[in-house]
Amino acid sequence: MNRYIPTTEEDRRRMLAVIGVPDVDELFSGIPAQVRQKVGSNLPDALSEMEVMNDLRGLAAWNLSVDEAICFLGAGVYDHFIPSAVDSIISRGEFTTSYTPYQPEVAQGTLQAIFQYQTMVCELTGMEISNASMYDGATAAAEAAVMASAATKRRRILCGRNVHPQTRETLRTYCWSRKLEYEEIPFIDGAIDGAELEKALAAGDAAALVVQSPNFFGVLEEIKPLADKLHEAGGLLIVSTDLLALGTVEAPGKLGADIVTGDGQTVGNPMNFGGPAFGFFAVNKPLMRRMPGRICGQATDSSGRRVFVLTLQAREQHIRREKATSNICSNQNLCIVAASVYLSLMGPKGLRETGAQILAKSAYAVEQLERTGKFRRAFPGAPSFRETVLLCDEPPGELNGRLLEAGIIGGLDLSADHPDLKNAWMLAVTESRTREEIDYLVSVAGGEE
Amino acid sequence: MKRTVETIFEASRPGRAGYSLPELDVPGVDCASALKGHLRSEAPRLPEMAEVDVVRHFTKLSKMNYSVDEGFYPLGSCTMKYNPKVNEVAARMPGFSRIHPLQPVDTVQGALQLMHDLGAMLAEITGMDAFTLQPAAGAHGEQTGLMMIKAWHESRGDHQRTKVVVPDSAHGTNPASATVTGFDIVEVASDDEGMVDLEALKSMMDDRVAALMLTNPNTLGVFERNILGLTETIHKAGGLVYYDGANLNAIMGKARPGDMGFDVLHLNLHKTFSTPHGGGGPGSGAVGVKDVLVPFLPTPVIAYNEEEDTYLLEGGDTRPQSIGRVRSFYGNFGVLVRAYTYIMSMGAEGLREASETAVLNANYLAAKLAHLYPLAHRGHCMHEFVLNGGPLKQETGVSSLDVAKALIDAGYHPPTVYFPLIVPEALMVEPTETESQETLDRFAEAMEAIVAKAKAEGAAPFHDMPLNSPVSRPDETTAARNPILTWRFGE
Repeated sequence: MNRYIPTTEEDRRRMLAVIGVPDVDELFSGIPAQVRQKVGSNLPDALSEMEVMNDLRGLAAWNLSVDEAICFLGAGVYDHFIPSAVDSIISRGEFTTSYTPYQPEVAQGTLQAIFQYQTMVCELTGMEISNASMYDGATAAAEAAVMASAATKRRRILCGRNVHPQTRETLRTYCWSRKLEYEEIPFIDGAIDGAELEKALAAGDAAALVVQSPNFFGVLEEIKPLADKLHEAGGLLIVSTDLLALGTVEAPGKLGADIVTGDGQTVGNPMNFGGPAFGFFAVNKPLMRRMPGRICGQATDSSGRRVFVLTLQAREQHIRREKATSNICSNQNLCIVAASVYLSLMGPKGLRETGAQILAKSAYAVEQLERTGKFRRAFPGAPSFRETVLLCDEPPGELNGRLLEAGIIGGLDLSADHPDLKNAWMLAVTESRTREEIDYLVSVAGGEE
Repeated sequence: MKRTVETIFEASRPGRAGYSLPELDVPGVDCASALKGHLRSEAPRLPEMAEVDVVRHFTKLSKMNYSVDEGFYPLGSCTMKYNPKVNEVAARMPGFSRIHPLQPVDTVQGALQLMHDLGAMLAEITGMDAFTLQPAAGAHGEQTGLMMIKAWHESRGDHQRTKVVVPDSAHGTNPASATVTGFDIVEVASDDEGMVDLEALKSMMDDRVAALMLTNPNTLGVFERNILGLTETIHKAGGLVYYDGANLNAIMGKARPGDMGFDVLHLNLHKTFSTPHGGGGPGSGAVGVKDVLVPFLPTPVIAYNEEEDTYLLEGGDTRPQSIGRVRSFYGNFGVLVRAYTYIMSMGAEGLREASETAVLNANYLAAKLAHLYPLAHRGHCMHEFVLNGGPLKQETGVSSLDVAKALIDAGYHPPTVYFPLIVPEALMVEPTETESQETLDRFAEAMEAIVAKAKAEGAAPFHDMPLNSPVSRPDETTAARNPILTWRFGE
């Protein structure tokens, strides 16, 4: 017996009699003989629940989790605090085991959760309209670039070289496949080089610039002047950002951004070795009908009650097929339910306090490391959030090796990607780190090599 | 039964909070000066609530959803099978959920081995040579597969190959994915059983054909009887063949796409491999390829070094022909853990039994419903079937949408309606293998009662349905015309 299949031999016999065939094989007679599988699959034998859990425990134990080590690694995925209520809610089968809410009468839970999520994203980003989420921050930025190209009828995409490298790689892949030109703008002191940007915009054919703020290095970009430059040149500004940071940092929508995207791991989703989390995507009204992804809207039911439905579906693949604005037909729904629960528990004060703790702990960690005389800031004048690039005396690879032996997952080694920044090492300090942990980091990092 | 839940913004009260953080144990900083003019000027209007009220709000919301845990969900093309609980426990182990994707590879060997082994098992199940687990969803997998096809043609100097052939019975994502990958769509007709017209296909072949995209069994639940003829036709013309794995649940252990001539495919791990749908995601659109496309796989590729018995990540430097990245990191790892757990729990025999039972259940239910509706297929179906709701509509005025809403009142999630497009008033039913005979019998009885009511009373009583759901039918037209997409504070 298989624990997930209720059918007994007796059931099968009765069902076959109703169908009018002697055996199950007869039902597969439509498969041409030449392609029928002759031998069984070479897979492991089925395991009982106890055995499968033992196998998985073994694999999990082979990984070093942040329960066992102190994590100062960031670069897009962070060890942030998640209240217990978040997982409790998203573990409910009603959220976990339901399908896309195409039958609104029996999916109001999911639909209302999406509507509330869209509202929270708009509040945090300062934009007017959010979709129900995308795969991740990288694809959200890539979809934004594609949308900007369609909206401006231009085919050249610019992107800061201080945007997350994986976002840039994803953009490059998407641009290649859509035959869009892709070009990177250098940075200076950690932020976009305005003079280089002006040169790139001079031809007047750029559809959009993708910037990130806080950017890959943690540095906050001056959004307003970037937006002005883009708009003068007839292009759009795409800002990739972070919902947790936006509790403390100014909303890009207030500074002239046209499209705001980003990765939502920071708000209520575990690191999960890089997925799943979600991407968010917000615009203002003029771009509403060009948006990719599903969108939830408020409606009225036949009895006059306020209800929620998927709306503006004329953009989507199941209606428009090859004329759709995007091929996306899912959202990372359970991850945005997690985000909504997290944001509801934290509220504006919780996010602000988290931000204040991150700023204080980052400042403390950096000052203490500088005090050892072995570290200095790569971009000393630049305001930053959560992440700081430090230049080390020793190669970061060696430093991280020493830290790992001491039970610390060190910062990201930037030396290969940024040889110009000698021995660059990127440290992430979240609210989860304690003074004791930071002091320990400093003592190991600053100790004898 | 009718009820709505106030929005979380209405439930908010200034001054409340549902979180606690430790006292700051380092010197505080002035945020405004630390951020040098970047400080947020206006607080976001997020809810202010105690934990208990947040939990009750979302619990109330959850109760407005129908789910697989609650009952039968025969949504065609979506494979709403039961999602085992052990999968959820496995994915939440800290050794999987609390690891960072950029940790040194020697500290994540278990995660890499899991992905490596999952790829190998999927390759074995499908008859492909290698897998990438990076794509986040089925449509993302289609896009990734088509990008590899594009890169392959370009590597051969075949830049003129811009046509992708898609049957008129295909899922909407197929043509949409081809468009977003820069291809032009050519539609090929299928017959009344959804079989691709081989002669029509042959007449379309020229040196501009890049690929054919095919779902097999097709969207009518029928296996293409001339599958080898179709794949051979494309190959002869210099194109590649793409397999949409949405319907793999019909054929595990019975036939393999790799043996049918397919060059690339995606699997929806959230369908066939039992990872939960989550109300619309996260899923996983793992992509399998034959050797010819291996050099084009997205980076990083998870590789195994036999000599040193270690797993590693191969980047673009060792894979110059790769299409590059299609998203961040390695895919929806948490979903991959669930799919791995499922395959290990089922084994080869269990997966074959799943497909056999899925097909048995579909044929049994089709037999039970055949006196109510014309079936779109002849002979036996595979794991799903399509009912033609056209005659009932003509006779009684009751549309398939009405039937769907009546099924909600009977306690079921309705089948997929109005897809595939080639059957009028289509009702697409996929029972899956995890349903018992009693469940199927009761569903058939509910359908009988609905059809009897339609014939006795006509369409009028149906228009108010569903009556037993939390809300009634929404006015979707007005919602789209005057979109309200966020909560209107203070109105």
